Amino acid sequence: MDKKRYTISANIPIAPQVYRMELTAEAAPQLRAGQFVEVAVPGQFLRRPLSVSLSEPGRLTLRYKVVGGGTAALAAMQPGTELELLTGLGNGFDIDACPGRALLLGGGIGVAPLHQLCRDLRAAGRPVTALLGFNTASEIILCDELRALGADVHVATADGSAGIRGFVTDALQQVTPKFDYYYVCGPMPMMRALYPLLPDCGEYSLEERMGCGTGLCFGCTIPTTDGPRRICHDGPVFKKNLLPW
Amino acid sequence: MVSDTSVTLGGIRLKNPVIPASGTFGFGFEMAACYDLNRLGAIALKGTTLEPRFGNPTPRIAECTGGLLNAVGLQNPGIDALVSDIAPKVRALCDTPLIANISGFAVDEYGICCEKADACAEIDIIEVNISCPNVHQGGMTFGTDPAAAAAVTRRARKATSKPLFIKLTPNVSDIVPIAKACEDEGADGLTLINTLPGMRIDIRRRKPVLANRTGGFSGPALFPIAVRFVNQAATACRIPIIGCGGVSTAEEVIEMMMAGATAVQVGSANLRDPLACPTIIDALPAVMKQLNIDKLEDIIGII
Repeated sequence: MDKKRYTISANIPIAPQVYRMELTAEAAPQLRAGQFVEVAVPGQFLRRPLSVSLSEPGRLTLRYKVVGGGTAALAAMQPGTELELLTGLGNGFDIDACPGRALLLGGGIGVAPLHQLCRDLRAAGRPVTALLGFNTASEIILCDELRALGADVHVATADGSAGIRGFVTDALQQVTPKFDYYYVCGPMPMMRALYPLLPDCGEYSLEERMGCGTGLCFGCTIPTTDGPRRICHDGPVFKKNLLPW
Repeated sequence: MVSDTSVTLGGIRLKNPVIPASGTFGFGFEMAACYDLNRLGAIALKGTTLEPRFGNPTPRIAECTGGLLNAVGLQNPGIDALVSDIAPKVRALCDTPLIANISGFAVDEYGICCEKADACAEIDIIEVNISCPNVHQGGMTFGTDPAAAAAVTRRARKATSKPLFIKLTPNVSDIVPIAKACEDEGADGLTLINTLPGMRIDIRRRKPVLANRTGGFSGPALFPIAVRFVNQAATACRIPIIGCGGVSTAEEVIEMMMAGATAVQVGSANLRDPLACPTIIDALPAVMKQLNIDKLEDIIGII
């Protein structure tokens, strides 16, 4: 955990209610793919936990959706504004667990952390297939970025306005990708629907309403096959065999 | 002159009065990765029951103006894990006095837990929680009735010779008879206050935000209420008081002590800023100088 002030260098709408925020700070620590940050929002008591989309030297990219007062306040912030962040939270994805071909499955704003995951897997020489699900064509994000990294990207939209009609589960059944390991991040119904369709060799990034984000309050506990675990502290990424779904 | 921040609590010397409150400091060892736990006055460990508990379903947290509601519901691995695993693990990281926080659903459960905590060399102080609003039996009900508070204190007193503090709820019409009942039964001190029961509703979904419907409210908005409770109890009782409720600055530590607290617990502030306790501790000497306080103990209960 590291507490640091960052400066907003960009805060751009990229889809309805979805923004890409770029933050800079000198000597900003490198974060692992799948880790998250807690952003102090003026006027809100608790910080807002946001997944990291991309961590580069001195720079952090967040992609976030406006879901309430805190994220609405973030969306209204102008470049040059300073924000205090807790960074390096959570375990992140296990890149080393993938011995060969990687499959990424993401839905909605849950695709955000797949950007860095894809970059790091490609840097490790792993072929990447990505199946991304959205409600409708206007909500599609990250496809171009993942393709630019060399991933084979397939999109599903619930209304059929782009790509495969249906959900990520439909994309999985139609594309039938070959993979040795997989990573899932998206809304809980999507992850639960994918769970029985996928083998043991994979991991899921979970989400829950958090208090502290640092393991102190026990607000985001889930049952696992190895006892109660705090999503913020012991996750957010859990291997499939830990999830008692 | 060097500012003296030390205080004596239940016969134990604390290098400063700042204690992370139970339930807002993980199991006690998580923050060792961020700062030296020896800097803290003491550490109140996670609330513990006789049997392990998963706690309530999620969502367990609801934000509010000036704080938050929690309905964690005493998630803990049980007293045996506390004494055999957790307390030794925290002790290996620091010499800071450790406070075991005990909850129960029957008088005897409190007693058995206190006996086990008493036998644990790593535990210095026992804090008996008769004020948890998030369990559906026991918990707070012991803290809202002087006779029940007395019965728990009596049983806990029999179980331990360690300094015994009783943590009280603000959910009462008059704190004085409850505080005095604990004192009369041999409590070495009181902790005031636990959270205030509260509720939030998601107006779009038309449902309570918390899966448990209600939770305990804590945070800066609680501070003036806590100061009032501490002052009332300090005026009525002779035993020391740990002030708790909404404290997030060094100035508020001093205000709480002027109200009558010998030491101060910091709770929700840790959830917004995990470095809250060392930040407050670092700020204390300068604030003391500004206020012409040489020795923090001199201001306890001065009003």
